[in-house]
Amino acid sequence: MIQRSLTLFGGLFVLILLVGWVMGLPFTSSRLVEAAAYALIALGLNIQWGYGGLFNFGIMGFLMVGGAAVTFISAPVNPVFWGSDGPALLGRALLAFAGGALLVYGARKADRIGITGKWKTVLTVIAWFGAYVLYRSQLDPAAAYIESSAGGGWIGGLGGHPVLGWAFGGLLAAGIAFIVGKICLGLRTDYLAIATIGISEILRALIKNMDWLTRGTLTVSPIPWPTPLPQDLAGGGMDNLSALVAARAGFLVLALVVLGGVLWLIARAYAGPWGRMMRSIRDNHIAASSMGKNVTSRQLEIFVFGSVLMGIGGAMLVSFVQIFDPSSYQPINHTFLIWVMVIVGGAGNNWGALFGAVLIWLIWVISEPLSKAVFDLVSMWSTNFGWGAIPEIEARSAQMRVFVLGLVITIALRFAPRGLIPEVVKREG
Amino acid sequence: MPLIELKHVVGGYGGAPILNGVNIAIEKSDIGVIVGPNGAGKSTTLKAIFGLLKVTGGTIDFGGENIANSLPDKLVPKGLSFVPQEKNVFTSMSVEENLEMGAFTRRDDFSRTMQWVYGMFPVLAEKRRQPAGELSGGQRQMVAMGRALMSKPSLLMLDEPSAGLSPRYVIEIFETIQRVNKEGVGILMVEQNARQALAFASKGFVLAGGQNRFTGTGPELIADPEVAKSFLGG
Amino acid sequence: MTELVFFTNQVIISGLVLGCIYALGAVGITLIFGILRFAHFAHSELMTGGAFIAFLLASAFAAWGIVTPVPTGFVVLPIAMVLAAILALGIDKGFYAPLRKRGAKPVTLLIASIGVTLMVQGLIRLFFGAGSYSFFQNEPKDVFRIDLSAIGSTRPLVITEPQVFMIVVTFVSVLALHLFLTRSRLGKAMRAMADNADLAQVSGINTALVVRVTWIVAGALACMAGTMLALDVTLKPDLAFNIIIPIFAAAIVGGLGQAYGAIAGGLLIGFAESLAVFNWTMVLRPLNAVLPEWMQLPATLALVPTEYKLTVAFVILVVVLLVRPTGIFKGASS
Repeated sequence: MIQRSLTLFGGLFVLILLVGWVMGLPFTSSRLVEAAAYALIALGLNIQWGYGGLFNFGIMGFLMVGGAAVTFISAPVNPVFWGSDGPALLGRALLAFAGGALLVYGARKADRIGITGKWKTVLTVIAWFGAYVLYRSQLDPAAAYIESSAGGGWIGGLGGHPVLGWAFGGLLAAGIAFIVGKICLGLRTDYLAIATIGISEILRALIKNMDWLTRGTLTVSPIPWPTPLPQDLAGGGMDNLSALVAARAGFLVLALVVLGGVLWLIARAYAGPWGRMMRSIRDNHIAASSMGKNVTSRQLEIFVFGSVLMGIGGAMLVSFVQIFDPSSYQPINHTFLIWVMVIVGGAGNNWGALFGAVLIWLIWVISEPLSKAVFDLVSMWSTNFGWGAIPEIEARSAQMRVFVLGLVITIALRFAPRGLIPEVVKREG
Repeated sequence: MPLIELKHVVGGYGGAPILNGVNIAIEKSDIGVIVGPNGAGKSTTLKAIFGLLKVTGGTIDFGGENIANSLPDKLVPKGLSFVPQEKNVFTSMSVEENLEMGAFTRRDDFSRTMQWVYGMFPVLAEKRRQPAGELSGGQRQMVAMGRALMSKPSLLMLDEPSAGLSPRYVIEIFETIQRVNKEGVGILMVEQNARQALAFASKGFVLAGGQNRFTGTGPELIADPEVAKSFLGG
Repeated sequence: MTELVFFTNQVIISGLVLGCIYALGAVGITLIFGILRFAHFAHSELMTGGAFIAFLLASAFAAWGIVTPVPTGFVVLPIAMVLAAILALGIDKGFYAPLRKRGAKPVTLLIASIGVTLMVQGLIRLFFGAGSYSFFQNEPKDVFRIDLSAIGSTRPLVITEPQVFMIVVTFVSVLALHLFLTRSRLGKAMRAMADNADLAQVSGINTALVVRVTWIVAGALACMAGTMLALDVTLKPDLAFNIIIPIFAAAIVGGLGQAYGAIAGGLLIGFAESLAVFNWTMVLRPLNAVLPEWMQLPATLALVPTEYKLTVAFVILVVVLLVRPTGIFKGASS
């Protein structure tokens, strides 16, 4: 088992060297930083799915939340907004929100004053509607004002350190995961999958359209780095290429420190009684609950914990590329990709998830240049034979990676359903 | 030649075998009853005949050929029918549709068989349009038997037909089984109400640990003091 | 009267058209769930793939110079449906059947269906690029404007020719499906297997055959839904991928495994989406004359802004899952 893992990781290392040799150092260094962030996200899913058997198909939503969080913390302060009426208007919207929440809470407690059954349901629906109208009546003008030039376009950031932003990304993701988990975790697997997709789509629509908060499709950039930027190093007298590589190496080291810390924490927790309980819940739901274990709250714990890692990973990705663009998020790239990583790597095994994340990310990024090379070759042949060239090679090769991803997952499910580095099943008792 | 003959049947669900050499032979005129303690392999025997689990040893001769490991869609046209113990009706479908599903393998006109079944269970004719899920336990058992009879089987297998029924219905269902047998259908059934069932059985089989322990006519087994002591509760 | 006609155009017609497409997609998902017990995610790709098959056929017709009195998309639909059914059977045989044979859990099949989604998406984009296509490059898209000035409306009732066909074709298909499920031997066997797969097997029903029929029906209906959606808007590689969740919402709202529930759920979601983004000011504007200055209606008064149209389905989905997880009609529970 250990031998197999070492061989696989050795092979992965060779693949990285190969990519570095063919594609060059700037390309490879970027991909490695991203791979580290994806590894963190894959670990999050591995906790949810591999440990807990929870079907989270809303990863994209958590990555977006992380990205929005780091933008909010680390983007520069927007003085125009703070000098305008914007904060006051937002304060009123917040009050309206609180008022609405009170209204709904009151309706839900209506049985105290003798309103029960159908009437209570009617009252609750009316309260929800009233709260919604109240909130919208205050928020809409506030949003319109802030989005105008007088309000500064958007609320801006807080100018904090990006690492704080990562932490906030984790925290915000935790908060949302708690609410989502409360709503959905009682559902059966496939319902849970669809509900989480639905929620991540709602999050995407909100983040994309709340221009006053996130700048929406106008995008926020540049977002600062936690480590020195290439231009900082180049200013210190380095030549451009080494400054670029050195700066990315700095970011990579920070990302690896976070990843290593998380891995160590999870491994410790999973080896202990907590991990044993998780396994027993996943493998035998009914037996675990009949043994008096509070299954739902344990599952909520695992769902929140996994989502935290997704939030941090999503925040890291955004700070690395320095731009937060809500319209660049797609379920294929940000949800299904992670699933393929965990399934191919080996659900339930952290090293498997880590391996899968790096491998699949490399496959994902090199399938485009690789298929372009193949198409070029075929095109050259077909031209020589007089059949004409393949049109639009660039655009077509860009689409190949989606196909390759699908092919990889179907092959994995068919021939290695437990992943390349499968879970080590411990026999207990 | 018997209608069905099991010789030294060994089988299970992939792990250790549950059946360790079961021998059963039934004539067309017989009512065969299998009794025995829990886990003796009674229901498993019926499922083995019906191809629902893997037979790894022995033979099952039915209609002159070895049918071991054949699947139901091949067995039903050959004249074999099975009424499972639980979930034995299509609850969302009407009584009549349940019966039609029993005749799925028949490509000829089965309206006369349906009349025959309705004749045997007049209450089903009254409720032919009603979803089977709305019927009482006893009526559901009738629907289940009716469905199994729609393929005009030569051997009807029933897995604990009296389970969960009130005493009045138990008597009724046993009477029905004897009536079906008189119409020329061989019966092989598993029963928990051992004494009551053996009383009208022309062949009785006591299984334990996946093997035959005693074989004889029903009344013989009831009279056997050893059977009575170990398996019929004194 | 003008307001009523406006409401009809914006909510009734557009909701009905959307609802028809959701309903046809949801029926396939619900049938597959009933028979094979897994959420078939790649249904969106059957829809998109079917639409592209129809598009290729329509282009071929145009190239051969065949002119049809109705939109070519509808003329080639039957052929496209047959091809899409074959595609669905092929996908099952190639990807799902081997997993089922191994006894894989429904979750594994769900993930496999995502793999299929990605592969078909990739292939479609490989051949057709990421751009959009129109069925009406070579023929006009007729728009009927029914003048209703006789009943005092200044606006005409607007409906396009494909929309009329779409509503009629959906109605006929639903009727045909109903007759198939309640009258035919195989349709009843399908219902039986969805109800109780073990008993269906015991009854001698050829379950492999039922599975094949399910894929044929689901594939053909998916092709119909995809083609009609492409006829109403434009054809692009992510045509149905973007609406698969509203379709799942429709299937779940109707109760997974319930064919009639899926149709009702599809129409419900379609109408809810149109109604939610409807601008009430257009209808209530006459009130401005009687309302005091400070209560004048704003220019747009919709329940949700248009950008959030798709989220309506998700919100309905989440609420239904919370309040009544088995759907409005009782769904399959296992």
